[in-house]
Amino acid sequence: MADRAHAETPALRVQFDTAEQQKDASTLGMWIFLITEIMFFGGLFLVYTVYRSIYPGVFAHASSSLNEVIGAINTAVLLCSSFTMVLAVRAAQLGQRKAIVIFLILTLVLGFVFLGVKAYEWNEKFVEHHVPGPTFHFEGLPAGDQGPAQLFFSLYFAMTGLHAFHMVIGAGILMVLIWQAKKGRYSADYMTPVDLGGLYWHFVDIIWIYLFPLLYLIDRHLLK
Amino acid sequence: MITAAAQEREHYLNTSYGIKSWLLTKDHKRIGLLYLATITLFFFLGGAFATLIRIELLTPQGDLVSSDTYNKLFTMHGVIMVFFFLIPSVPATLGNFFMPMMIGARDLAFPKINLLSWYLLVVGGLFTLFAMFAGGVDTGWTFYTPYSTTYSNTWVIATALGIFISGFSSILTGLNFIVTVHRMRAPGMTWFRLPLFVWANYATSLIQVLGTPVLAVTIVLLFCERVFHMGIFDPARGGDPVLFQHLFWFYSHPAVYIMVLPAMGVISELVSVFSRKPVFGYGFVAFSSVAIAVLGFLVWGHHLFVSTQSVYAGMVFSFLSYFVAIPSAIKVFNWTATLYKGSISFATPMLYAFGFVGLFTIGGLTGLFVACLGIDVHVTDTYFVVAHFHYIMVGGTIMAYLGGLHYWWPKMTGRMYPEAWAKLSALVIFLGFNLTFFPQFILGYLGMPRRYHVYPEEFQVLHVLSTAGASVLAVGYVIPMVYFIWSLRYGQVAGANPWGATGLEWKTASPPPLHNFDETPVVTHDAYDYSTVMEEGIEVG
Amino acid sequence: MGTKLPLFPVQASTIAPEVDHLLYFLLAVAVFFTLLIFFSIFYFAVRYRRRSEQELPHVIHGSMTLEILWSVIPFGLTMVMFTWGASIYFTQNVPPHDALTVYAVGKQWMWKLQHMEGQREINELHIPVGRAVKLIMTSEDVIHSFFVPAFRTKQDVLPGKYSMTWFQPTKPGKYHLFCAEYCGTKHSGMIGWVYVMEPQDYQTWLSGGATTGSLAENGQKLFQELACANCHKDDGTGRCPKLVGLFGTSVPLTGGGSVKADEAYIRESILNPSAKVVSGYQPVMPTFQGLVTEENVLQLIEYVKSIGPKPANAAAPAASTGSSTPKNR
Repeated sequence: MADRAHAETPALRVQFDTAEQQKDASTLGMWIFLITEIMFFGGLFLVYTVYRSIYPGVFAHASSSLNEVIGAINTAVLLCSSFTMVLAVRAAQLGQRKAIVIFLILTLVLGFVFLGVKAYEWNEKFVEHHVPGPTFHFEGLPAGDQGPAQLFFSLYFAMTGLHAFHMVIGAGILMVLIWQAKKGRYSADYMTPVDLGGLYWHFVDIIWIYLFPLLYLIDRHLLK
Repeated sequence: MITAAAQEREHYLNTSYGIKSWLLTKDHKRIGLLYLATITLFFFLGGAFATLIRIELLTPQGDLVSSDTYNKLFTMHGVIMVFFFLIPSVPATLGNFFMPMMIGARDLAFPKINLLSWYLLVVGGLFTLFAMFAGGVDTGWTFYTPYSTTYSNTWVIATALGIFISGFSSILTGLNFIVTVHRMRAPGMTWFRLPLFVWANYATSLIQVLGTPVLAVTIVLLFCERVFHMGIFDPARGGDPVLFQHLFWFYSHPAVYIMVLPAMGVISELVSVFSRKPVFGYGFVAFSSVAIAVLGFLVWGHHLFVSTQSVYAGMVFSFLSYFVAIPSAIKVFNWTATLYKGSISFATPMLYAFGFVGLFTIGGLTGLFVACLGIDVHVTDTYFVVAHFHYIMVGGTIMAYLGGLHYWWPKMTGRMYPEAWAKLSALVIFLGFNLTFFPQFILGYLGMPRRYHVYPEEFQVLHVLSTAGASVLAVGYVIPMVYFIWSLRYGQVAGANPWGATGLEWKTASPPPLHNFDETPVVTHDAYDYSTVMEEGIEVG
Repeated sequence: MGTKLPLFPVQASTIAPEVDHLLYFLLAVAVFFTLLIFFSIFYFAVRYRRRSEQELPHVIHGSMTLEILWSVIPFGLTMVMFTWGASIYFTQNVPPHDALTVYAVGKQWMWKLQHMEGQREINELHIPVGRAVKLIMTSEDVIHSFFVPAFRTKQDVLPGKYSMTWFQPTKPGKYHLFCAEYCGTKHSGMIGWVYVMEPQDYQTWLSGGATTGSLAENGQKLFQELACANCHKDDGTGRCPKLVGLFGTSVPLTGGGSVKADEAYIRESILNPSAKVVSGYQPVMPTFQGLVTEENVLQLIEYVKSIGPKPANAAAPAASTGSSTPKNR
């Protein structure tokens, strides 16, 4: 132990030989984690696909009741937040410590805008009795189709809810990054956490890119 | 823990003391021991349930416990054994302890995440234990809907939450192992110099990472359905209960390979060391692990042959299931061939390896029966299936786990276990196991359905045989528990390499120093090159 | 079944010997490989036991020939198993056309069976020997599974869905009926007996006992009681399609496509009428979910079947249903 060449330092953990090895390991770990996330959301996408194919008509009706303008606005907000996240990572690579903080804060603000809009949308569903449960009612569909319609909204809430939950975690990660960046912990030499936080944020963004057309847009034209 | 005067050298067990030094440790070896203690507790708890089940089944009437209690017993037995013993068994204990050492690393890539994994298992286990003491759960470990979502009045949510949390333990362990194998190998340790145990754990990790999230989302849906009555699996609201079975088995079939692949890795090590020969067909054995991991994801539908799945879907799943049989057969043949012209020692770990190969052969071959559509219609959901998977999981995984534990015990603790007792218990376990589960094949083909509290009288003789076997088996499991603990204090002090093994874990002291190696090893040979060990001379422990 | 230690189940259906022959083949393969492995291990272990601690065996890395051999031969054997098993499975899923239909409803924790002639049984099923019997099954609550070991047949019974199994008994006797899918507290009590009788005994059994009319008659009564006939008029002038001559035909749907008027479709139309609306009609029918039991639904289906087309002139009513003119509300 005493003659070991590798005492642990803040930047290099004892199990690694070089900073490069450490960065590679962390990045690979993050990618694998994102793969597990894909499998997690994959299960939901599968369930959605199965029921959409069993009840295409009802799902088209229910899906058309969602507000596509709000959905599109939220998509734009999230895409912008991914852009500011990229700028934050770029700033970290260039070692611009002030810029990191600014771009991370911008990303966080956009994230909160998304969540705010989402909350507004969910509230609308409560008002319209589109929340699954005893009070659920979807106007314009006969009694027999209320079940499948409720199924659509169940999946809508499960999918957007889990997505929002990931956004909240992402916001938490951003706050930690901002706090650490303010203390000047990140530099061109050590910016792995910013990089990994960025990967996570983009992933959550991509999930939404799939959710938006799936829940809001498919077969909308059929009912016009 | 180890107090002999000869043990003054600093190693991972005596660098620090106290509860905190264990509960906050980042050392993969100590975490491996934490896992060992945890899953041993769960094993004996699950075993206690099994004992009660077997005693109840001595008579055809339900005279020991009520039907509700019986249903809770087999459910808790299944939940605890599958999620809190078998899945973490080999990878989280032996894998955690030895995989980094075998590739010449100082630790796993993410030691803190490793500790977090253990805590998640414990917290998940506490939820499940809470459910158990609060009243139990009676859905079977498979949680089929709509029974679990609408009809059961038991603690489904708490149990499912426990499984959900422990699932993250499994995911994080898998993630940690994959990154470690990719990024932490010592200089010269190429992929094809890796010991087969590492290959097996790597393949297992792939399944953990890809499969477990699907179980997680299934549990989330189950939770939503039970709490909010969303209708996802409820036919009254347009849902499909069979969809749950598809999602469940998409994870739970590969999960069988999470349990057995690392066990196969252990056997590859044991067969090689105790016949002092490289494993026959190294490449085939290594790739068969990966093949099993990949193919395992394509066969879940063979659990649904009578579930109203379409006839053609059934045929496709049966066809694909036979593909998994081939890599498993390749392994068995290669292990057997390794013995040919070897120098075969009958040390306890090797006895377990022999037991594993024999029992796994029977378990695997009966797998051909249940993969066969015409036969499976008759035997599914009977004791035939129960016997089949116990041959794989108990006859396979637990034999290998115990074999591995004996093999690496000197390295973990620096002490030898008492050989005569160990041989005796290996024999008792082998005999007890066969007596317990072989009659169940006959019971199953006769038509005895599983999960039956009371049963027709004509099945009694076979049930009594099975229960008799179970009591022998129980004795067999208690003996090692006793002598392992005894050996911690009184066992003979072990040398660095008591078996004449080639792995890097044997190139360092027993027990290993805090960071495994005094200097990073450089690998210049293939795995299982025994000529190098012979040159060094064998220190017999 | 009298012996105390049975080792093999009775064969009492046409499929049972077929399944057992396949089993013998699998057993032969399994025993051969088990003995091969056991014997090899035992022989090698004794023959090559370690004689000195310094022994270093000659290194053998492997053999491509052997690897190919022990991959290809087992694979060939498994493909035989697959093909053989699949062909039996196919037979198990395709009932003969002249099969006797019996309806089964699973419920925590009993089996309710209804014969066409109106006999209703609980946890008992009487059937004639030598005649194929088709079971159409559903569940009122959780998933059950209809399992008769002597027939080597098993089929899950699901809520909200019909499943089918069939068997042709070959031997008169009394056989176990089990629920094979775990279904709650008294799962092991959800058992019964299948009585296979000589045809003349079966006829006697059928005529004995109190029945309240055949299944179709009961269905017709229900049809009147529920006022179905107000809209489903026999002459096709009602607000809803006429049901005479409907069963087994292809029905065109609103929004394109068509559906075969089978049991599942009739059931869906009663419980969820708006799911598939016949082309040219309005979705005016209310749901009968909660008003009728699964057994009632089966009676109604049987009634619809009984007024369906006769096999000889099946084409004519199909055409008339298809071309009925749109009605206004």
